[in-house]
Amino acid sequence: MHMRKLLALLLLMCPFAFAQEGPGLGVPASPEEVAGWDISIGPDGENLPLGSGTPAQGASVYATQCLVCHGPNGEGGLEPKLVGGHGTIDTPNAVKTVGSYWPYAATVFDYIRRSMPFQLPGSLTDNEVYALTAYLLELNGIIDEDTVLNAYSLRAVEMPNRDGFVWAWQE
Amino acid sequence: MSKTDKSKDLIESGQVEEVAANGLLHRRAFLKTGAIVASGTTILSATAAPPEVDIWSTTAGRPPEAYGNRSEFESDVIRDAFTPTISVGAGASRTPHGSLEGIITPSALHFERHHNGIPNIDPDQHRLLIHGLVDQPLVFDLESLSRYPLVSRIQFLECSGNSRSLDADQPVAGSAQTIHGLLSCSEWTGVPLSILLDEAGIQTEGKWILAEGADSSLMTRSVPMSKVMDDAIIALYQNGERLRPGNGYPMRLFLPGWEGNASVKWLRRIKVTEGPTMTRDETSKYTDLQPDGTAQIFSFQMGVKSIITSPSGEQSMRGPGLYQISGLAWTGAGRISRVEVSADGGRTWGEAELTEPALPKALTRFRMPWRWNGGPALIQSRAYDETGAVQPTRTSLLSERGKQYNYHNHAIQTWQVSSTREVSNAYA
Repeated sequence: MHMRKLLALLLLMCPFAFAQEGPGLGVPASPEEVAGWDISIGPDGENLPLGSGTPAQGASVYATQCLVCHGPNGEGGLEPKLVGGHGTIDTPNAVKTVGSYWPYAATVFDYIRRSMPFQLPGSLTDNEVYALTAYLLELNGIIDEDTVLNAYSLRAVEMPNRDGFVWAWQE
Repeated sequence: MSKTDKSKDLIESGQVEEVAANGLLHRRAFLKTGAIVASGTTILSATAAPPEVDIWSTTAGRPPEAYGNRSEFESDVIRDAFTPTISVGAGASRTPHGSLEGIITPSALHFERHHNGIPNIDPDQHRLLIHGLVDQPLVFDLESLSRYPLVSRIQFLECSGNSRSLDADQPVAGSAQTIHGLLSCSEWTGVPLSILLDEAGIQTEGKWILAEGADSSLMTRSVPMSKVMDDAIIALYQNGERLRPGNGYPMRLFLPGWEGNASVKWLRRIKVTEGPTMTRDETSKYTDLQPDGTAQIFSFQMGVKSIITSPSGEQSMRGPGLYQISGLAWTGAGRISRVEVSADGGRTWGEAELTEPALPKALTRFRMPWRWNGGPALIQSRAYDETGAVQPTRTSLLSERGKQYNYHNHAIQTWQVSSTREVSNAYA
């Protein structure tokens, strides 16, 4: 085969050999539409909604929505313990809780809002989620009882085990 | 004397040499001699009596079925389910590896792990949004995704909590299913996620994605962009038919070779981000706690691993004689290059036969002839992969990682075969 012919053939084959393309059927979504989907909160509190709550308010939400599974004062029951375990993570009897293990407070808000309560996820208001987050952080001694948790104050919370993680993934 | 009788004789009389102690024979001994042996049974067990006049041979059978069922005599081959007391949807079910052969897990027996049960998703209502650090956020439905170039690959999926009970100080009573059943292998067909992301236009800062499910836990995991662009797919089909509801119907993320939790089921949203979102499932769960109190995070890839599935825990031997040891090997790194088998607790090893197809990031079936003399034996398998990684012993793995690592246990499994013919989980 002539070199020129071979080159032409290679050029023809390239788009198929090295890049796959789709039929372009994605439907554009507007920023407003995207905002309705996007409930995820970044580790530094990115995308936290308006609203606020206090530990005291959280205690009453907890009593009706959480206590049956997680026990009084977050001490655990049929479902995991949420409070305590501080100072145990580097011992042979580590107790992983929101307070002793979770590296980001924003994750507590994100998880409660998306997944809890188990039987009726998504049923809590943003104020109730702030209040519950505040209650759990207060029970763990991370914020004091007077703290009003909102998008700003939650961003400022530093979790005790923030630096306890080592990245296994390397590019 | 027939050819088979002759070769049977050769093997049983010990004229076929052992390649490792306690009865392990050359991996091709059966092929060489022509002897036929069924996995887990002795060749002496067949009866020569002519068949009875059976009812199924003298009455008309059933008509064809619209959707096939297996034989009623196989109804005990089922997943075993773990169901929590209140949060029943947060359970798991395990594949019965001790009863299966080959490398494909039947879809109805694929393991499941859910975070709030199996949603009943109407495919016509389901949408997938791709947004975040992209030039144009896009929405796809199932019908449009089905018109994209599809790829099909046979690949395993393993929960990183699989085999966790090997962390226990004393060996638990268990089987290949109860100890290692959070592992399955299917042919997955779907759209390379790279095509969809290219269509949306990834911005330079977009180095990770967040994947979110549509189940009521709205489960989320972060995945590095390099993996996404390498071999991630939006899976639409499993073993030729649409995904099973328990495995993400109508669409799931599938990340070959990586811990199962990251292959988010019922996928509804992908957000391109600068870094990981640090979701609950990748921080408080699926992180590997080390003795110094630090934990490995984003330890996605599944390690090189193998298990013997026959004979395996909770099975019983039929008597001394020839057996075919059969098992599975796999690695998140690519291909399995070699599997060795020991019948004396890891003191001597012989090389097993890898059966075709031996595919990357798939379960690979290995087999090894074994002449069981009826005495106690500790059988093990040890896998190697194409990167040179070797499956570790339980002792070395635990001494390196401690006992609270909790995930990614890929240690060598020991099955103890007793002189009373029982097979059980053991530590060697």
